[in-house]
Amino acid sequence: MADTPSITRDDVAHLARLARIDLPPESLDHYAEQLGVILGAVAQVSEVATADVPPTSHPLPLVNVFREDVVRPSLTNAEALSGAPSVESERFRVPRILDEE
Amino acid sequence: MSTDLITLTAAQTAAVVADGSASAVEVAQAHLDRIGAVDGRVHAFLHVDTAGALTAAAAVDAARASGATLGPLAGVPLALKDVLTQKGIPTTCGSRILEGWRPPYDATVTARLKVAGVVILGKTNMDEFAMGSSTEHSAYGPTHNPWDLERIPGGSGGGSAAAVAAFEAPLAIGTDTGGSIRQPAAVTGTVGVKPTYGAVSRYGLVALASSLDQAGPCARTVLDTALLHAVIAGHDPMDSTSADVAVPDVVGAALRADVKGLRVGVVTELGGEGYQAGVRQRFDETVELLTSLGAEVVEVSCPHFPYALGAYYLILPSEASSNLAKFDGVRFGLRVGEDDGNPSIEQVMGRTRAAGFGPETIRRIMLGTYALSAGYYDAYYGSAQKVRTLIQRDFAAAFDQVDVLISPTAPTTAFKLGEKLDDPLAMYLNDVATIPANLAGTPGMSLPIGLAPEDGLPVGLQIMAPAMADDRLYNVGAAVEAALLDRWGHPILEEAPTL
Repeated sequence: MADTPSITRDDVAHLARLARIDLPPESLDHYAEQLGVILGAVAQVSEVATADVPPTSHPLPLVNVFREDVVRPSLTNAEALSGAPSVESERFRVPRILDEE
Repeated sequence: MSTDLITLTAAQTAAVVADGSASAVEVAQAHLDRIGAVDGRVHAFLHVDTAGALTAAAAVDAARASGATLGPLAGVPLALKDVLTQKGIPTTCGSRILEGWRPPYDATVTARLKVAGVVILGKTNMDEFAMGSSTEHSAYGPTHNPWDLERIPGGSGGGSAAAVAAFEAPLAIGTDTGGSIRQPAAVTGTVGVKPTYGAVSRYGLVALASSLDQAGPCARTVLDTALLHAVIAGHDPMDSTSADVAVPDVVGAALRADVKGLRVGVVTELGGEGYQAGVRQRFDETVELLTSLGAEVVEVSCPHFPYALGAYYLILPSEASSNLAKFDGVRFGLRVGEDDGNPSIEQVMGRTRAAGFGPETIRRIMLGTYALSAGYYDAYYGSAQKVRTLIQRDFAAAFDQVDVLISPTAPTTAFKLGEKLDDPLAMYLNDVATIPANLAGTPGMSLPIGLAPEDGLPVGLQIMAPAMADDRLYNVGAAVEAALLDRWGHPILEEAPTL
């Protein structure tokens, strides 16, 4: 089914953008080569994954695990913010979220 | 006195604390001294919590003095893998992106250890976010194998296994997503168990692949491993994937140690080509040993196991790429490049993640992103999930014929540091025998069965059992351990060079 895929440096740049990892351009070729080798090896799964086999996403057959909807103690504001790189007015402070005009 | 205290088993340590022949503080101090003496060379620990350990030990001594009944592991020191949170104690997961983070809460495993009076000495080194088989992917430098400091201690839980093997702690906690407890146990001559998926709470375990991750015990004896298993296992409402079933009597099974009439299956597909000669030799001898102890040993085929590695390296990166999205430089950990121009939040995320993640983590995130992309999803992630079904069916068919399955834990003994670092695929092959149990959610143990003649390094036996039948691992493991102890006249770690 899936032939050994060829991963280009443009593919890697696209994946890195999707994954929000700002990779230096000089690293793209190396990652492309490694990802191509790994994907070529793992693609063998398609040999036995025929249409009649149902997928398994999880080892335990658990569904809809509920608990009582009651208020319980939780982290304080200060505790929740204690590991944040930047805090302002008891909130996480983030860089700008909109494009510049 | 202090040398004696570090060589005791956990069971013996609890006994001397309970009968007053040594205090928990003396026991803790002996191990802290040992860490001070050898960890500069082993580098099992990322953080040693001297004050916290002594305080916890003093509390055990105070409880004893007040007449309280102590639990079976009260006063026993333990090394905690740095992927589990401990309130107020640095938790890095071996990554720069979490450097300096002090979690505001305890993992359920950590909380259970504290309640049991276990003395947590510190946090152990690991491959970044538990991705690796050598501990070389730690951002803080590798851990060294106590058997040969030029060699890897296994991974990702190399720090936990090395701490136990180097007598820095009689107990450790590891986590096993594809073999990260069992493979380090195999290459360091120690015992490690991956419990049934859902048996031990994942609350406070920083997730790598949520459908595969499972925390478990590491120790120098099967009984100690069972005692720790009993402390950490059990249903937890804080983890929606926690199994609400009774924990099997693992301690009773370790004390039983009787394989007469037990049906043992040797997995055809996990041996032979690709396995080091000395590994195969020690494994074959163990098969003979089990037969001599009264077990019925047969060969069992699991025809889809050769596809497990491929399925695993699609499922794991897919889940990891999603789980690691939380490291975005907003709520905890590193933030990079905020002051360079007037960057957007997405630019800061990109800079933070490029600076905070190591190359193996980046490879796997991109691999997962690829496998989950539109157009590739069915061929990769979808096919891998089908293979997962086939692996589960192989296990079910095998356990219709036998009570436990066995194989070598890892294809080779400990390799040299640096040997496979630039060849991801070669590194992945270390997990070829351990991965099937993670995909199926079934439990597995590794215990030492001797040294490979060609290099004098430890070889591990893997025992696998059906889901929720973890007690069978301990029964079989304890029987093999006792027979080998009888044959050797001493524990295997006495053959390790002096550190």
